[in-house]
Amino acid sequence: MSARAHPVGEVVLSVENVSLSFGGVKALQGITFDVREHEVRAIIGPNGAGKSSMLNVINGVYHPQQGTIKLRGREFHDMNSHEAAKMGIARTFQNIALFKGMSVLDNIMTGRNLKMRCNFLQQALWIGPARREEMAHRRAVEEVIDFMEIQHIRKTPVGKLAYGLQKRVELARALAAEPTLLLLDEPMAGMNLEEKQDMCRFVLDVNDHFGTTIVLIEHDMGVVMDISDRVVVLDYGKKIGDGTPDQIRTNQAVIDAYLGVAH
Amino acid sequence: MFYREAGQFKSSYAEDQQIFPIRQDRIGITALLLVVFVAVPLLGDQYWLSAIFTPLLIFALAALGLNILTGYAGQLSLGTAAFMAVGAFMAYNFMLRLPWLGVIPSFILAGLCAAAVGVVFGLPSLRIKGFYLAVATLACQFFVLWAIQRWGWITNYSASGVITAQKMVILGFPFDTPALKYLLTLSIVTLLALLAKNLMRSETGRAFMAVRDMDVAAEVIGIRMMHTKLLAFAISSFYCGVAGAMYAFCYLGTVEPEAFTLDLSFRVLFMIIIGGTGSILGSFIGAAFITLLPIFLNVMFGGISHLLGVEIPHAVISNLELIIFGALIIFFLIVEPHGLARLWQIAKEKLRLWPFPH
Repeated sequence: MSARAHPVGEVVLSVENVSLSFGGVKALQGITFDVREHEVRAIIGPNGAGKSSMLNVINGVYHPQQGTIKLRGREFHDMNSHEAAKMGIARTFQNIALFKGMSVLDNIMTGRNLKMRCNFLQQALWIGPARREEMAHRRAVEEVIDFMEIQHIRKTPVGKLAYGLQKRVELARALAAEPTLLLLDEPMAGMNLEEKQDMCRFVLDVNDHFGTTIVLIEHDMGVVMDISDRVVVLDYGKKIGDGTPDQIRTNQAVIDAYLGVAH
Repeated sequence: MFYREAGQFKSSYAEDQQIFPIRQDRIGITALLLVVFVAVPLLGDQYWLSAIFTPLLIFALAALGLNILTGYAGQLSLGTAAFMAVGAFMAYNFMLRLPWLGVIPSFILAGLCAAAVGVVFGLPSLRIKGFYLAVATLACQFFVLWAIQRWGWITNYSASGVITAQKMVILGFPFDTPALKYLLTLSIVTLLALLAKNLMRSETGRAFMAVRDMDVAAEVIGIRMMHTKLLAFAISSFYCGVAGAMYAFCYLGTVEPEAFTLDLSFRVLFMIIIGGTGSILGSFIGAAFITLLPIFLNVMFGGISHLLGVEIPHAVISNLELIIFGALIIFFLIVEPHGLARLWQIAKEKLRLWPFPH
């Protein structure tokens, strides 16, 4: 890979000994890994390995029974979603979680809600600061729309869009928050080759342009090995591998988990 | 043919985000406002002004209030009549006990009281959704009516629980004729509708819709669930409260607690379902539909019996009216489940393309 605009730096997020269970189901067992600034970190593993649970723990949707999460020097036993968003974490979901009744523009505008300062009375009057604020954020959102190349659909209700475009809008909504850490839960699931290539380009561009640190879950091994700096492998809630794509490719435990072992 | 936006270019975000971005719409709304503010009070007779247009506007405001909560924020509520009752009786009390306050501040304070009650009864929404929440808001309906009947202070110890709205005097000018009451109602409703529209196209409105459409995603983006839901209850109840105050002061005059039964809650709920949930316009269309249709049917049957020269028994007519009223509601809901406002929107989209199919 050629020289990067934002070289990989210090550890920004570290997950330490995190365990999460739902009743008797142990979704995560003592998971430890870290994410460095500006890197693309992939989490892979067979179905039900606990990948999505891991993301949900990082941004406070699930609360682990054990372990700590360190984000930029601050230590959390469990995150809450609001706090996570304030600390610059944004994410997309495995099953698209857009606001179906709203236009693309409004969906992306919601991504900037934490940056808006006016209270509801000022907004109701729509004069002075509220209006200026709305216009300023519209400008910022238009930049995201340009970046994601979705200008032509900005006024369309998202419910009417094709699947691939919805995925793109969801990424745009996350980007509108100007996150420092972006969690992507299977951004390429269910896409055809061309859409996947587009999405890969967007993910790499985000990393390159804004220096956003990216944690991504993906099933397409080609994509994972191609775009990520380091990969962590989960299986049945346990970590079975961690390293660069080349190390993972030759890791016997990973190969066994994916291909099965002869008994 | 005449409804085109060709040649109307937007060169700023402000222009693009106007309430009526198309020039023809702006002309239309100006004409409509002229008609309702000038022509109707000049030409309308006393019956139409005081018995039809004024309550229509008040219902539209209540429907708007419920629409903010149910249509935009997705929280189902059957407490509308209770919030209106709080508004009506508290406005009476403010006028009675603090007469120096004036009419409009009393209405606003009454709305704020309704908002406070709304927030309290909105608390269950933090845990429950949908039909279960609707049942929880039923508690509000029963509690408020019970409180009004039991707590003598609210009705100023009137034996029957009936209160008589005070005369409305604003800045020394009495609002006592049907036309003036109509104009006062219209002004308040227009202003509040504009504020609601502004709010719904701002961050608050987007947060409401986000909570309605996908609450987990809304939370992950940083929208505070409790704050947003309770704010929706507060704003919605404020609107219902002001509507209730006007229901007492501009329309009924004398008010008994039984004016605010569950029937009224359902009536307002039907208005937003038929008019269109999640639409300011829908609240007005729904209120107009539910208020005007029975009158229209009544006039129509009168005309038919006159034309045929036969006397149709009154009981038959009133039953027929109910049947047709119900059938029309079902018909419109089948044609467009998203309400008449959506139908209007589709018509406008078609009109922009007409006479071409695409």
